[in-house]
Amino acid sequence: MKSILNKDSNKVLVQGLGRDGSFQTQKCIDYGTQVVAGVHPTKAGESFNEIPIFGSVEDAVKQTSPDIGLIFVPAPFASDAIIEQVDAGIETVVCITEGIPVNDMLKVNNYIQGKKVRLIGPNCPGFLIPSKKLKVGIIPGSIVSEGKVGVVSRSGTLTYEAIVQLTMLGIGQSACVGIGGDPLHGTSFVDVLQMFEEDQNTEAIVMIGEIGGTREQAAAKMIKESISKPVVASIVGQTAPEGRRMGHAGAVITGKSALASEKIKSLKSAGVYIADSPTEIGLRLKELI
Amino acid sequence: MQLHEYQAKEILNSSKVPIPDGKVAKSGIEAKEIASSFGGNCVVKAQVHAGGRGKAGGIKLANNPDEALQHADNMIGSTLKTFQSGDTEFPINEVYIEEASSILKEYYLAVTMDFDFKCPVIIFSSEGGMNIEEVAEKYPDKIIKIHVDPLVGPSPYKIRNLVSFFKFDKEVSSQLFKIINQLYEIFISRDCTLIEINPLALVDGNNLVALDAKITIDDDALFRHKDLIELFDESQINNSELNAQKNDLAYIKLNGGEVGCMVNGAGLAMATMDITMKAGALPANFLDVGGSASEERITEAYNIITSDSDVKLILVNLFGGILRCDVAAKGIIGGFKKYNKSVPMVVVLRGTNSEEAKSILKESNMEIYFSDDLPSAAEEINKRLGK
Repeated sequence: MKSILNKDSNKVLVQGLGRDGSFQTQKCIDYGTQVVAGVHPTKAGESFNEIPIFGSVEDAVKQTSPDIGLIFVPAPFASDAIIEQVDAGIETVVCITEGIPVNDMLKVNNYIQGKKVRLIGPNCPGFLIPSKKLKVGIIPGSIVSEGKVGVVSRSGTLTYEAIVQLTMLGIGQSACVGIGGDPLHGTSFVDVLQMFEEDQNTEAIVMIGEIGGTREQAAAKMIKESISKPVVASIVGQTAPEGRRMGHAGAVITGKSALASEKIKSLKSAGVYIADSPTEIGLRLKELI
Repeated sequence: MQLHEYQAKEILNSSKVPIPDGKVAKSGIEAKEIASSFGGNCVVKAQVHAGGRGKAGGIKLANNPDEALQHADNMIGSTLKTFQSGDTEFPINEVYIEEASSILKEYYLAVTMDFDFKCPVIIFSSEGGMNIEEVAEKYPDKIIKIHVDPLVGPSPYKIRNLVSFFKFDKEVSSQLFKIINQLYEIFISRDCTLIEINPLALVDGNNLVALDAKITIDDDALFRHKDLIELFDESQINNSELNAQKNDLAYIKLNGGEVGCMVNGAGLAMATMDITMKAGALPANFLDVGGSASEERITEAYNIITSDSDVKLILVNLFGGILRCDVAAKGIIGGFKKYNKSVPMVVVLRGTNSEEAKSILKESNMEIYFSDDLPSAAEEINKRLGK
């Protein structure tokens, strides 16, 4: 299975064309993304700006053979949408939806085990590859620029912050990937770091983590063992109190390893350059290249 | 969402997990009546959303109904602060009167989600009655974890291994077997993120009973549990946080801070708090207005922040994506006019319609200092607070 960064065909199907879904889909199209189909259970036969809408993912796949599925479906129904896309054979599924019950994601995670699918999210901004004019999700197209730095983050708006800093310093991006703020998610830091390592267009990596869980520690271990490209990281939530959920369901300090300081420590020991403040991500990277 | 002990025990009882006899009282008189019906000793337990009640004086033994009345009278109407509740004082509006048990041994049993393993986990320890973090530190070999495949459920052989590890007799083993399966069933069917029985006590007669119970429900799953939503006790969270919750705002009050933060996105909100600290000031709150906040929601966010008397300065950091900055600007002015409260603001606006937003704010009479980016906002904070 080719990495999302170097697929030859990038036709996108969008499921969930409500108010926000429609607005964001239009932004993807404006950026240059090839959106081939929409899916809505009660709007089959209609169209969205000349893009045909189908009643099911299966029908849409038969008619338009999309490579990527993008989900804006409301939380109570989103896990079913993920499973529907997986069953229809879509290999890359990006779920933007926030607030999916943990139990639902538990089922999804079990269901996709061993299946040929890459799930990104949920509760994420999706991904954007400037050189391919490919925007799958909600990262604003206006702030990115084409270049050689791969950006990966758990947070949406904080990803934008990092991208803006890079762009302002004249540093373009090879790809920007948001993996999402939920504790149960598909693609992890480790997966994206591996993609960046293998990607010829990526020369350096920016990684933005936050408190909660142990995803950053897993990334640190992997960076130490198998990443040759320079990595700059920032971990937010240093001022967060213990035991409180900081917006993201996954951002809660539940033990020592969930602390920002612990994550920074393990990343440092893996040779990662730490931006002490999220305002210094761009500057730290500039020092390296 | 957290439940009170008595609410959690009602759920346990309905699933046939053994609990001691008990009833809620809203007054001393009620407490006395309940205690009389038990006939002997009883325990009076403050119903608050905080652990560590015993050490804080929230659990008292009563030797007769009059003592129960006395304890209940002392507790109801007062507040409780425990080592787990930080600086928060939880109001006590109800007490739970429970039959006293003669305890032979205390255990610990919990079901929660292990996000590293991406599955539920059952945690059992022979050292009950103290907090599990302490047990993990002092007696790590006395904790057993059973990871559960959600498609399979708790495998009987794993529970058998647990039972033989702790050398339970046949009768207690069979009780524990049942209790573990009942708890797991509740955990899944009620969308819990935690069920904790501490202690699970072995009492006279060789019986296991849940002496305490803590249940937390996944907020994101409440839409399918209308019956559980009704159990929510608003009095247990502070007014600002309650107001925020009603307006779909993620808000957490931080003690000792002076800079109110209004941000969109959880990650950026945490980053903004960190930057405030780096600038030599302390954030007064975490506030994520969300990806697609309306004008009204921003107005309420402004009200919540300015209602906090600790706030000397507000840092607004909005990155328009789905959120439109001009809508947010109107919301801020709306809050200023509606609630008539003015606090100086350092404002960073970027992304969708940020220029329109700046003109809107400039035309208002509010004291606003604009910054183009976060580093300069940090300098501005520093300057305004005279640090």
